[in-house]
Amino acid sequence: MAPLLEPNAGFKFDNAKRNQLLSDKGYMVPTATKTGTTIVGLIYKDGVVLGADTRATNGSIVADKNCRKIHYLAPNMYCCGAGTAADTDFTTSMISSQLALHSLNTGRDARVVTAMTMLKQYLFRYQGHIGAALVLGGYDVMGPHLFTIYPHGSTDKLPYVTMGSGSLAAMSVFESSWRPELSREEAVEMVKDAIEAGIFNDLGSGSNVDVCIITKDNVEYIRGYSQPNERVPKEQSYRFAPGTTEFIATAPAATANDAAAMDVS
Amino acid sequence: MSIMQYNGSAVVAMTGKNCVAIAADKRLGQRALTVDMGFDKVFPMTNRLYVGLAGLATDVKTLHDRFRMHVNLYKHREERTIAPKTFAHMVSHMLYERRFGPYFVEPVIAGLDDNQQPFICNMDLIGCPNFPNDFVVCGTADENLFGMCESLWEPDLGPEELFETISQALLNAVDRDAMSGWGAIVHILTPDGVITRELKGRMD
Repeated sequence: MAPLLEPNAGFKFDNAKRNQLLSDKGYMVPTATKTGTTIVGLIYKDGVVLGADTRATNGSIVADKNCRKIHYLAPNMYCCGAGTAADTDFTTSMISSQLALHSLNTGRDARVVTAMTMLKQYLFRYQGHIGAALVLGGYDVMGPHLFTIYPHGSTDKLPYVTMGSGSLAAMSVFESSWRPELSREEAVEMVKDAIEAGIFNDLGSGSNVDVCIITKDNVEYIRGYSQPNERVPKEQSYRFAPGTTEFIATAPAATANDAAAMDVS
Repeated sequence: MSIMQYNGSAVVAMTGKNCVAIAADKRLGQRALTVDMGFDKVFPMTNRLYVGLAGLATDVKTLHDRFRMHVNLYKHREERTIAPKTFAHMVSHMLYERRFGPYFVEPVIAGLDDNQQPFICNMDLIGCPNFPNDFVVCGTADENLFGMCESLWEPDLGPEELFETISQALLNAVDRDAMSGWGAIVHILTPDGVITRELKGRMD
């Protein structure tokens, strides 16, 4: 087994030289899926509310109409991600597993500042090449916390924050209506309005509103809290009659053994 | 031109009622020159799980071999076959591992899970997964395929209906893409087994 084991820590760069050669020859390096994104967070009377839209884009194509941008970090912490979709996914899941180990070691729930420090140190180490812009919210022994973390590793601690391409649209809502000691209903409604401002005014954001409400000992994650862009039913069916498509051969059904020539019985 | 357009490809997967279909064109080119009309882009991983790879052909081959090795190692260690969702996360990690020197491949995964429910998934070249419940597309004809699938797909299609829908979506998409086409292959995964058909398409 030993020869098959590969060093499994960190990134691999074995394709980097080839890819550089191709890029020097004029073949453009393809783009990864981005989350154009409007993500927001605010602190209210009893905790934190996070919000996100659900569109993922690849250039001008909508790659995913209902993707999940509020990521789990720990039982008392969630994190919205904007930027390169793969980076936000993997960065949050990696920090999430480190936080789980941390709270097992300490026997306590991890603090939000701990998660924030781990995220910023990780992103700073990669000098902005990991394109994750995050809104981190949680509730710990010190109360509710809300941070933004930029791809280069800088952080902000504010009572209301927005990020992503729709951040300006969303911030206009917060700037005009946020005040301290909001009630839960007012807070969730304001987050919804902020995300919808992004959905309708920013082309990189769209589809539905996801909301996550974090309080002292409770988390409420609502997928599709608002669905302002529901698809109307199709007026016509384009079902084809059986036999429409001509096929020239029916290959024998492939079995698992065809797939795996190696006998592992 | 992007390196993803060098060889040309079109891969699509769709869900149906207790079945799932995955289809791909068969062209291998070097830019505008067609080299092979029988180049496979869809590979069986188990008898309930197929993976389609669109992008640079050299990486399609490399990744197919690596996936096969890891699926076999998994079977060896776990004494069970890999579930579609597990496989998707494995592929995702293998691609993200090379975040800064990626394989130029966008995978599409189609399978039936333990409860015979359809599973489809696609990823970008650095492994960001996407799990919709209707269809996934990738390759040089992806924009055409999005248009076709968005209008043709409907929920709860049976295996034969799904075959017609996915075949027409693919054939009409590649007819408007110069880089893909030259025949196509469709696999329909059902609880009773896999139906594999080669389509008659334009050869220009």
